[in-house]
Amino acid sequence: MNATPAPHQPSAAFEYLTTKKDEFVGWARKFSLFPYPFVTACCAMEFMSVSSTLYDTDRFGAALPRFTPRQSDLLMVVGTVTHKQAPILLKVYEQMCEPKWVIAFGVCASSGGFYQNYAALQGIDKIIPVDLYIPGCPPRPEMVIDGIMKLQDRIARERHPIITKDF
Amino acid sequence: MSDEVFETVRAGLAGQVQEAAVAHGILALTLEPASLGDAARRLKESFGFDMLLDVTAVDWPEREPRFDVVHHFYSTQHRVRVRVKTRVPESDPTVDTLVPLYGSARYMERECHEMYGIRFRGNEDLRPLLLYEGFVGHPLRKDYPKQQEQPLVPYRK
Repeated sequence: MNATPAPHQPSAAFEYLTTKKDEFVGWARKFSLFPYPFVTACCAMEFMSVSSTLYDTDRFGAALPRFTPRQSDLLMVVGTVTHKQAPILLKVYEQMCEPKWVIAFGVCASSGGFYQNYAALQGIDKIIPVDLYIPGCPPRPEMVIDGIMKLQDRIARERHPIITKDF
Repeated sequence: MSDEVFETVRAGLAGQVQEAAVAHGILALTLEPASLGDAARRLKESFGFDMLLDVTAVDWPEREPRFDVVHHFYSTQHRVRVRVKTRVPESDPTVDTLVPLYGSARYMERECHEMYGIRFRGNEDLRPLLLYEGFVGHPLRKDYPKQQEQPLVPYRK
């Protein structure tokens, strides 16, 4: 005698969700940013402030720094980059896996700031593409949080087509 | 107390000093380039200036000779400083090295050499210290263009 399986009893009102694939991927990515802090100068103080308890970037899923570029997807360039250091920054950027984003934290990383001289690189966007610039010398933690939220919005709105030009 | 020390130094180096003045509590002496090594030895051995604080230069573009090479000495015994300036021309910006007297001169002369192009006779190791290989020119000279860049990485676009 064959036992018929008991009819399925829904355990809750919602059993499954429907969403769009692009939104789902964007939602997952935007809350799992692993920053690589490329910290060279005094903006580091503000970076510590924004990472620690009072402002707490962990609320945005972007707190746990990975000190190897291979495990990170958000490069935060915090402070002045000199010409002597530019090859190191480029190497770190090239070691990061896709998808990756870059934040220029503070005015020196964005444009060189007031270091208009022989030593300073006049903005990291001369050598690597930058997604978000946070101005300020140094930026307030609120501005950094605002910047991270803007980057999250942008990540959430990215398209991930199944059929690409290479398909 | 510092006045007595300054007076002793000034009297002791009287044959070599061109100008002497006390500025901001420091005795500032101007010497001929040729007498720098001898004056430094006497400062160290006779007057107790046992510490070399700084080696740098000043660029006066309109003046001839163009550069001041500036050494700062400190006496841990008397707790006073002496500043020694030597004037060197652009065509031959050379002074004697102080490395045999003060080991700390080694790095400071390297920095002075890369930033101003001053040569230190007797210091064989004048490789760039802060600048990178292949840097052309001396960036702290007044005729170095302020916004000239010598990037190591090719720029995008």
